[in-house]
Amino acid sequence: MDTFPSANVDLTVDGITHRIAVDPRTTLLDALRERLGHASPKKGCDHGQCGSCTVLLDGRQHLTCLALALSYDGAEITTAAGLGAEGMHPVQQAFLDHDGYQCGYCTPGQVCSAVGMLDEAAQGQPSHVTEDLSRPTTLEDLTDAEIRERMSGNLCRCGAYVGILDAIREAAGG
Amino acid sequence: MREHAYLRPSDPAQAVAAVTADPDASFLAGGTNLVDHLKLGIAAPGLLVDVRHLPLDAVEETDDGLRVGANVLNSDLAADRAVRERWPVVSRALLAGASGQIRHQATTAGNLLQRTRCVYFQDRTTPCNKRDPGSGCSADDDRAYGRYNAVLGASDQCVAVHPSDLAVALVACDAVVQVLGEAGSRELPLEDLHRLPGAEPHRDTTLAHGELITGVVLPRSVTSARSTYVKVRDRASFAFALVSVAAGIDLDPGTGTVRDVRLAWGGVAHRPWRARAAEDALRGAALSESTIRSAVAAELEQARPAPGAAYKLAMLRNATVLALSRLVPALAVDLDRPEEDR
Repeated sequence: MDTFPSANVDLTVDGITHRIAVDPRTTLLDALRERLGHASPKKGCDHGQCGSCTVLLDGRQHLTCLALALSYDGAEITTAAGLGAEGMHPVQQAFLDHDGYQCGYCTPGQVCSAVGMLDEAAQGQPSHVTEDLSRPTTLEDLTDAEIRERMSGNLCRCGAYVGILDAIREAAGG
Repeated sequence: MREHAYLRPSDPAQAVAAVTADPDASFLAGGTNLVDHLKLGIAAPGLLVDVRHLPLDAVEETDDGLRVGANVLNSDLAADRAVRERWPVVSRALLAGASGQIRHQATTAGNLLQRTRCVYFQDRTTPCNKRDPGSGCSADDDRAYGRYNAVLGASDQCVAVHPSDLAVALVACDAVVQVLGEAGSRELPLEDLHRLPGAEPHRDTTLAHGELITGVVLPRSVTSARSTYVKVRDRASFAFALVSVAAGIDLDPGTGTVRDVRLAWGGVAHRPWRARAAEDALRGAALSESTIRSAVAAELEQARPAPGAAYKLAMLRNATVLALSRLVPALAVDLDRPEEDR
């Protein structure tokens, strides 16, 4: 059992492992942006309401603003920039093709959420609007209502939702 | 944010000992509520004891039900095959709560221990007996923002409601909470976990400082297997309940009479509200819209809506009819008709 006045944390971000010493109050978002120079997760509301700080953490869409970095020692994080490191990710390309953004501030979080939720749906996980809980969902079940519900943790103040919906529908194969 | 020390114990007993020994310590699990409170200054512990890494993350079938570890994530519990089949109300309640990202972070125990979203509790510039005991209640006033206020079981000290959807579903399933304290482990009905505000609104639960929830037990039952959750809110997704209903029913298929029923309401009281008077009125009755409405009326005899919350009474009546009609499709209801015409 260890106490941490200030402590080391190992974070693997977009494939590279870093060890940094952080004040226990440091959020994962601040560690990523201010300490490690990863600017694609954005600080929007900083209270878990807007989703602009979303990354993929151990493969799942996850906020970084309501997480203390020390709690996530050893975590594997993929940012939106990391998704596109070796050429445009299909979800990113779909956002481009369908104008799924205007100012772009919420876009990295939208993209990470979309990638995470497409994976969840493919794994059979239901949502609030899924009528039949007794069978696993597939990507074919992703109606517009399903996509909207599954993306409700990401706000877009420009109101680019129509394009975002089109982009994700295409990425889902619909 | 106040400076704090951080401790990551390797087993639950160490975690309990660390928090019990320090009145200024707090458990940290998923952090979706507590880290926000650290930022807002609503919580300012000197020591955070991180329980997120403790091995309390299994969902296990037992002889008479399911044991859910305290650290099982909301998303994993909602998607669990056994939960979807035999406790669908739990799955529905979880899926109706928060956002995809938050469900990947919030834990089972943390969900139960989240604090009220009363706007005055979250605004440090206003008096609040829950946040600052003895300072007064800003919500209990006709000029206040009272949309979220309680209609049942409030006190002159506090009119806040409990925000968890999961807790409401678990109350309707007769779930049991497993707790570890310095003196050992104990179990209590989930219904006894949360309390009414009375003269001590700063106490959300009956747990002592340092007691740690280690798991929740879901007993198997006919009413849990045929159950659902209806949540009414200001927007279609990612909002707290104005009113919610967890319902389960065991109906005699021959006669259509109610053999057994469970009704719990969210968004209306300082704790999940098990509507026992309504259940009693329905048990043995032929299920119809009018018997449901009479049963809800029996429960609501004790309602005392706080300022701004009287609208929740009609909402509760309709949401309860809607929930039971989803379980019993033969119960044809037309909720678009004005309530006075029914």
